[in-house]
Amino acid sequence: MSAIRTDPEGRAMNPTTLSMLSREPHVITAGTALLGEALDQQAVARTDVDWRPPVPGTAAALAAALADPRRERANATAVGRMVSARPRLVGVRPAREVLGLEPGTFLHAGPPISWERASGPMRGALIGAMLFEGLASSPEDAEERLAAGSGITLDSCHHHRTVGPMAGVVSPSMWMLEVADAEHGGAAYCSLNEGLGKVLRYGAYGPEVVERLRWMGDVLGPALQAALALSGPLDLRALIAQALQMGDELHNRNRAATSLMVRELAPAVVEAAPGHAAEVLRFINGNDHFFLNAGMAAAKVSADAARDVPGSSLVVAMARNGTDFGIQVSGLGDRWFTGPAEVPDGLYLGAYGPGDANPDIGDSTITETTGLGGFAMAAAPAIVRFVGGDVADAVAATTSMYEITLAEHPAYQIPGLGFRGTPVGIDVTLVARTGTLPVVNTGIAGRVAGTGQVGAGLVSPPMEAFTAALAALTDA
Amino acid sequence: MNDLVEVRAGVYHDSVSLMRVSQALAALPGVSVAIVAMATELNVGLARDAGFAVPATTPGDLLVAIRASSDDAVREAAAELDRRLAAREAAGTARGEDRPPRTTRSAARAAARGAAGSGGATIALVSVPGECAFLEAADAVEAGLSVMIFSDNVPVEQEILLKDRAREKGVLVMGPDCGTAVIGGAGLGFANVLRPGPVGVVAASGTGAQQVTSLLDLAGVGVSHLLGVGGRDLSAEVGGRSAIQALRALDADPATELILLVSKPPAPEAADAVRDLGLGTKLVTALLGPGQDDLTAAVEKVLGALGREVPAWPSWPAPPGAPGTPGSECRGPLRGLYSGGTLCTEAAVIARSGEFTDFGDDAYTRGRAHPMIDPALRLEALDAVESGVVLLDVVLGHGADPDPSARLAPAVARACGRGVAVVVALVGTEGDPQGLHAQAARLNEAGAAVFTSNAAAARHARDLVAARVHS
Repeated sequence: MSAIRTDPEGRAMNPTTLSMLSREPHVITAGTALLGEALDQQAVARTDVDWRPPVPGTAAALAAALADPRRERANATAVGRMVSARPRLVGVRPAREVLGLEPGTFLHAGPPISWERASGPMRGALIGAMLFEGLASSPEDAEERLAAGSGITLDSCHHHRTVGPMAGVVSPSMWMLEVADAEHGGAAYCSLNEGLGKVLRYGAYGPEVVERLRWMGDVLGPALQAALALSGPLDLRALIAQALQMGDELHNRNRAATSLMVRELAPAVVEAAPGHAAEVLRFINGNDHFFLNAGMAAAKVSADAARDVPGSSLVVAMARNGTDFGIQVSGLGDRWFTGPAEVPDGLYLGAYGPGDANPDIGDSTITETTGLGGFAMAAAPAIVRFVGGDVADAVAATTSMYEITLAEHPAYQIPGLGFRGTPVGIDVTLVARTGTLPVVNTGIAGRVAGTGQVGAGLVSPPMEAFTAALAALTDA
Repeated sequence: MNDLVEVRAGVYHDSVSLMRVSQALAALPGVSVAIVAMATELNVGLARDAGFAVPATTPGDLLVAIRASSDDAVREAAAELDRRLAAREAAGTARGEDRPPRTTRSAARAAARGAAGSGGATIALVSVPGECAFLEAADAVEAGLSVMIFSDNVPVEQEILLKDRAREKGVLVMGPDCGTAVIGGAGLGFANVLRPGPVGVVAASGTGAQQVTSLLDLAGVGVSHLLGVGGRDLSAEVGGRSAIQALRALDADPATELILLVSKPPAPEAADAVRDLGLGTKLVTALLGPGQDDLTAAVEKVLGALGREVPAWPSWPAPPGAPGTPGSECRGPLRGLYSGGTLCTEAAVIARSGEFTDFGDDAYTRGRAHPMIDPALRLEALDAVESGVVLLDVVLGHGADPDPSARLAPAVARACGRGVAVVVALVGTEGDPQGLHAQAARLNEAGAAVFTSNAAAARHARDLVAARVHS
């Protein structure tokens, strides 16, 4: 019979043949085990779904979301943009210059938060930033002014194409990594990494913290800017792809990426800033997480490329302010969907323990949002202790993330999984259907302002943020 | 009596598997009641009705309620429960990379990845609870797979949406409430073991399709493909969306020489739409309803069109002395107790009187398994009949009760003992795992008249009632 037909209006219709009639049967079974066993008795090839009911109360919203005629194409478009972004490090400049920040304006990690609701490390970082900007004479003075709020503006980094690790506090005088997307033309920013120990991002604000920030503004930032001007932009997509194959997952392990970055930049740093080259390179070398901030800006510019696709259920931001865990969804504009930030489950430094930990904090979950960090855990066997002990746990963490993501990254691959692309692009409908939450690797901040880092581990986002976004999709 | 009531949060197993576990526990010595079920409103209600003190639960919890004659018996049952659930867990859990997929979407990807060169999965079979069936089916269609939706209680808007999307993608949605399909020799859902052959079947009726294909098989004629489309496909709302696609696909299929379309009474406009397709392949229709061919007559038409002889459809008359046989008249009305909707409708049309119940209807399957898997409700109804004639169907094949006569034959014998005449329409083939002849013999020995043609069974039942009226 003919293969192509037309309907009564003369429009071409799809081929009438069904491929299943001419191929060897291979059945996907979801539901009653009995029906699958009946196929096994007939020796029919079969892939079984380990089906379980969705998160209670979400069935109707899921049906509505999957009925949205825009969803399939919208998600393909959104995740396609996310994975095709080509982030490049193009410069290092002060926040007042690139973000137009006015004195008294502070950006912070996570969804918007007031001083009243801010946790210890967030308050500590804001105090430190006040001192650094010369807006307060002492920590007590800074605290009073922040509490009074006069002349002070707090806003979410994410509202300014910016991300910041841990407290993520950005003030006008801080120098920012500037990352541009060569594919879609966007830009994103992240501060420079201060190193470990007593640092602003963990809420420390002592004199050594402020002094280090000054040095970063006076020496480190300008030297890197001059080096980049000389060497040209640094291809972060290629660098991240290589680092994944060298055992980084780009959130809790950045040792390979940092090493690669130093290798790329060192000659230009020596040429551009000969007087400071040694101290600059020694500083970067002394901090295995120096690359984290560049990786975060790369992730942010990729995630932002996927924003604002009507009908898309793709998560474009996950971020925590130390009090709330919030997400944003491509088809839902700038709305935040939040739940309480939980205390991470992890390993502690020295004598610290879970009682010293602050609830989850930081914008670094932008790495998981784009398929790195916990999602790429299988690439980083060296740090499997964070996920429960052995390599199988790391592989399981990554494998389970394919269940809730829309794509596999074409450039970011995991050697141990046969060079399979990392799971990328969280879909809120898949989170609700499987009850599987994103795996997030994170550092743990001390609960008390000024303590600094107390550990690192894993944290679960609150399910209610995802179900609230799902409910909003049906009205969008 | 000792009660054990336990609520296990967040533990999920499908209802049929749990029913099997419950049955196994109930069979243990000393155990009088064993309910192992998801804590749905219905199941919690059942447990409370049985006198168990069930605390507050959510439908995502597993409910365990066991009553036994002694503490030891309760402990034994609880240990057996843990063994059985652990065996299921072990089968379902693997570490590392080999974890089973959690959605149809993910399974489609896994199948495509796993089978290099084989082209991955060809079809999805969805039998999750009705409120979630749309999600899994939408995944399949999105992945470019045809899908059979065995689940019932799926809203018609979702059915229409899925069928429209499927048409755009060039795949077929079979269902919802699609009980049977045979594709490329693989029987999906409730499916009889059929020989391959020239007849393609499109069916908006599961048991109707099983009847016609079983009769064809008994006549030595095989089937190319049996494409179920769901009982609602030829309604005015759905308009034959899938039937039209299925008919065109079989028309284009080189192995199909003749197409048989089976449906419960269709909406007139849907019936017109499927008749007016201008197919190149000969089409025989069995659109049930008053004045239409019954299923057996349609099969005989197919045989005629193929130039094959119509055999005498196998039947086993009730043994001498059973109610309904000469000298042993039965008194009372005709009661139809069916598991198949189409068979029920066909029998009711032929019998013209009597009270017919389709236990496979959505109203009876909400929160429990189909009567072809779980015969409990129907057996209760049979035990409650005190007089007259009972007409019932027994459907064999993959997916169905592995030995239906094991529980039915004793109930038939009890009914005959009360003076009730029992007539059975036995739908199946020689190749079915239950064994057509073995099942027929056991039901027949229990006192039933057994027919492989439902229409013949209905006529016999009607005649029994009429004979009584005339005498």
